[in-house]
Amino acid sequence: MFRSVVYLMMALVGGNVFADADWVPLRGGAFLSALNYEDVDRIQVAPFALQVRPVTNAEFFAFVSTHPQWRRNKVPSVFAELRYLSHWAGPLELGAQADPQQPVVQVSWFAAAAYCEAHHARLPTWTEWEFAAASDATRSDARADPRWRERILEWYSKPSNKPLSHVGSTPPNVYGVQDMHGLVWEWTEDFSALLVDSDNRSQGDPDQAQFCGAGSLATRDRDNYAVLMRIAMLSSLDAEDTTANLGFRCAKDLK
Amino acid sequence: MKNIQVWLATLLCAVSAYASADSVPLPRDSVYQLPVALIDHNGSRFSWDDRRGKVQLVSMFYTSCKYVCPLIVDSGKAIEKSLAAPERERLGILLISMDPRRDTPAALMQVVKQRSLDPARWTLAAPAAKQVRSLAGVLGIRFRALADGEFNHTSALVLLDAEGRVLARSERMGGQPDPVFLATVRSALAGNGSQTSALPKRGLAATLTRTEEGAGP
Repeated sequence: MFRSVVYLMMALVGGNVFADADWVPLRGGAFLSALNYEDVDRIQVAPFALQVRPVTNAEFFAFVSTHPQWRRNKVPSVFAELRYLSHWAGPLELGAQADPQQPVVQVSWFAAAAYCEAHHARLPTWTEWEFAAASDATRSDARADPRWRERILEWYSKPSNKPLSHVGSTPPNVYGVQDMHGLVWEWTEDFSALLVDSDNRSQGDPDQAQFCGAGSLATRDRDNYAVLMRIAMLSSLDAEDTTANLGFRCAKDLK
Repeated sequence: MKNIQVWLATLLCAVSAYASADSVPLPRDSVYQLPVALIDHNGSRFSWDDRRGKVQLVSMFYTSCKYVCPLIVDSGKAIEKSLAAPERERLGILLISMDPRRDTPAALMQVVKQRSLDPARWTLAAPAAKQVRSLAGVLGIRFRALADGEFNHTSALVLLDAEGRVLARSERMGGQPDPVFLATVRSALAGNGSQTSALPKRGLAATLTRTEEGAGP
């Protein structure tokens, strides 16, 4: 009885996803990654909900206000390195360098995951992120279109020393999701599943190989730099790392 | 009178030892900051910060792994064999499963038996499924579950001091321990562990490179 009440409540909370302007449902489906996984071809993406925009400084500020253990002067260093929220004026002050409507950056994977958990959500998986990011304004999969690639690469080529734009500054994709490209890098729940071996010393030498099993991931779509750069970046990070261009958004399962 | 003094001193020592184990806060760089509940090969539940107070060698593995994981066990045994008996007694070896759905206490116990692991030192244990990625995060281990139930993963022996700070890691697997790593294990067991500064998961150079990338995403 208790269990069915819990399930009912979960269903209601899940249902709110649709009513909330900050979240959109994605139906999922069979998806071909830019990565060539050795064990699967097309990946079946289950239905999920995604936050429309990356989490902002204001939203993350509200989180650390109510979760003191995630303030930069309290957080254990195993969960966040020294640069964690270092662009804020203080542990509880945004200041001039952190506009409330900019995406929050300088956040570790642990902190991002804790934020989502506090909101009864989780970080998206890499596949979910790649699935949502494959679209443009009218198509769910625009990746083969050279113009789609050029637009993203143009953004990559811009210098990163300018202040970040506000979230929601880029046009919504076909699902209504914004800022998948053109604003910040984003954490994924399974960033540490991206076993891309960038160490040339291990190439071809099984004794030096870093990974068990069949080895590191290969790329299927070598020309899709837009996505491959993301993978290379995520695969270089440890969970406590933060960078000035790395933020996150949350996801939820949909039944 | 003298007897009372001795008795008082003993009592004081006992009290302070108790206090240091339980009420002194964990260092901020201790992996035990992550609350993790584990079930071991005997089916006993414990919190991994129960390991606090003893130098530990920690790694992640899974029991159905045919290739590298037996080498992880070999690596732990090779360290064990290289130590003198009094050193061995001060060391704990903890292998944590990345496959908790299949690695039941019985499956873990089978490895303990097959590999003749000394239960005085070795603990094989599994966390809750949702904690595996976080655990791997504090230990600096990467993994991906494959469709056939196998895993791709990095392999590392992580040396923790008595407070759970990472002192060193070795990615050399098999019967020949890395001499530098072994020397660090010895030094930690000799009681120098907590004085050594904790080690970043990657070289400092790598960390700096990442921040300077500026990569406008």
